Amino acid sequence: MFLHNFRTVPPLAVSAVTRNGFIAHVGRRSLEAGRALGDVGTWLPLLAIQMRRLGVDSVPIALFIAVFTGIVLSLLSSYIFTGAVPLYFVGALVGKTIMMELGPVLTGMALAGRVGASIAAELGTMKVSEQIDALETLAYDRYSYLVVPRVLAATLMFPVVTAFAVAVGVGSGWITAINLLDLSTPEFLKGLKQFYKFKDLWFGLVKSASFGFAVALLGCLRGLATEGGAQGVGLSTTSAVVLGCEAILVLDAFWAMVLL
Amino acid sequence: MIVLDSLTKSFGVSPILKGLSLDIPDHQNTVIIGPSGSGKSVTLKLIVRLLEPDTGRVTVDGADVGEMDRDELTALRGRVGYVFQFAALFDSMSVAENIRMGLVRRGYDEGTIKERIDESLEVVELRGSEAKLPAELSGGMRKRVGIARAIALKPRYILYDEPTTGLDPVTAAVMDQLIIRTRDLGVTGVVVTHDMRSAFSVADRLAMLHDGTIRQVGSVREMQASHDPVVRQFIEGRPERVALEPPVRRSAG
Repeated sequence: MFLHNFRTVPPLAVSAVTRNGFIAHVGRRSLEAGRALGDVGTWLPLLAIQMRRLGVDSVPIALFIAVFTGIVLSLLSSYIFTGAVPLYFVGALVGKTIMMELGPVLTGMALAGRVGASIAAELGTMKVSEQIDALETLAYDRYSYLVVPRVLAATLMFPVVTAFAVAVGVGSGWITAINLLDLSTPEFLKGLKQFYKFKDLWFGLVKSASFGFAVALLGCLRGLATEGGAQGVGLSTTSAVVLGCEAILVLDAFWAMVLL
Repeated sequence: MIVLDSLTKSFGVSPILKGLSLDIPDHQNTVIIGPSGSGKSVTLKLIVRLLEPDTGRVTVDGADVGEMDRDELTALRGRVGYVFQFAALFDSMSVAENIRMGLVRRGYDEGTIKERIDESLEVVELRGSEAKLPAELSGGMRKRVGIARAIALKPRYILYDEPTTGLDPVTAAVMDQLIIRTRDLGVTGVVVTHDMRSAFSVADRLAMLHDGTIRQVGSVREMQASHDPVVRQFIEGRPERVALEPPVRRSAG
């Protein structure tokens, strides 16, 4: 499905696939991105702006999702454990699940919608209105100016947003447990601590950094490959979100296989 | 001097340029005319390698544009200003910031940048519009900002893509005057247009692009006196189809 989208949603790699092959296309883009990375003077001043736009501005939606995830997870684990295992395991399940899986993945999905779509739409509009050509004629490299700051910002900020989401998700799970379940704070914390490993946290954060990288890169590539007018921008935006979500799921499975 | 040598360019299966060759001499306005979709804008983009030709060569000041590395290309783009058909101003930036972009890239100090912004806006008669956003400007004003952005860099060449398209006659005449004034400052202009009034007004040389090649090159007078039916039809704006081949005589019976 992941590769299928590259072939069916015009125009990112359609011509490249038919002429030179998908690998060659990705290779060329990677080389360009690698060269652009060396152009520090261009992307560094833009990095903080993108970190705010892609990261800080995404915190509310991530926290909104985290609050409700924590509530549901707490109630769900209570429902599963009641009568089978001690209820303090609610803390363990809420903590582990949010840190390792739901925090990074749900935050990543939400940000794939917000960040991926916004990048693809912005760059796509710039492409069809010749603003990217104008940048080039002013001697700016499109990868240094547009791609590198966005990809770096997303890679750095997704883990930060995820960390906030994890904290809020666990917090909402705890509040739910002490208010709606027959569980005290010490019991919840006992479960949380009993199975906690430091790896739980960094595993989630490493994953979310890779999600940020993929979502932003795909958004940039789709935006830069936009052709036509408003319809082209719409297509790019949609496919950036779809590809971003698919990339998150693929990477999620990859990290589980590699790190667990 | 810019030399376009046997350029071909296709998009998919559609050939746009089929061996276009043209010399663009210094300190003159060379106007490339031709119908919509004939490859005029493509030709301009080939000069600064926004597109690459399938075959053929573009040389600017003796250097092959296709062989340039990134630094050489950056240096070339510093010598060649580009005025886009719809101005291509950066939406989120003010007029001054749009002009400032290219100057910052070239490493000018703040004093010089301010001076260049003021100078270029003076030339296009838009002083006082520094803080406006592109969305607050009319089409003509946007194009004038596009020219200001190009001339602020003091380029050796300026490429104008359909500079008068979509403008009312008075604003179009103002654009023509700007192009002539820029030429008088020593800048070599390459203008692509299908607006014949504008072409005759600004051109030192005219080149007619037809069917992917240059059909005829000459002064305004030479083109106006051309006996080539394709050139005549285009400059006179006659809609009927030109018979390029003599009609086939049918044998009796």
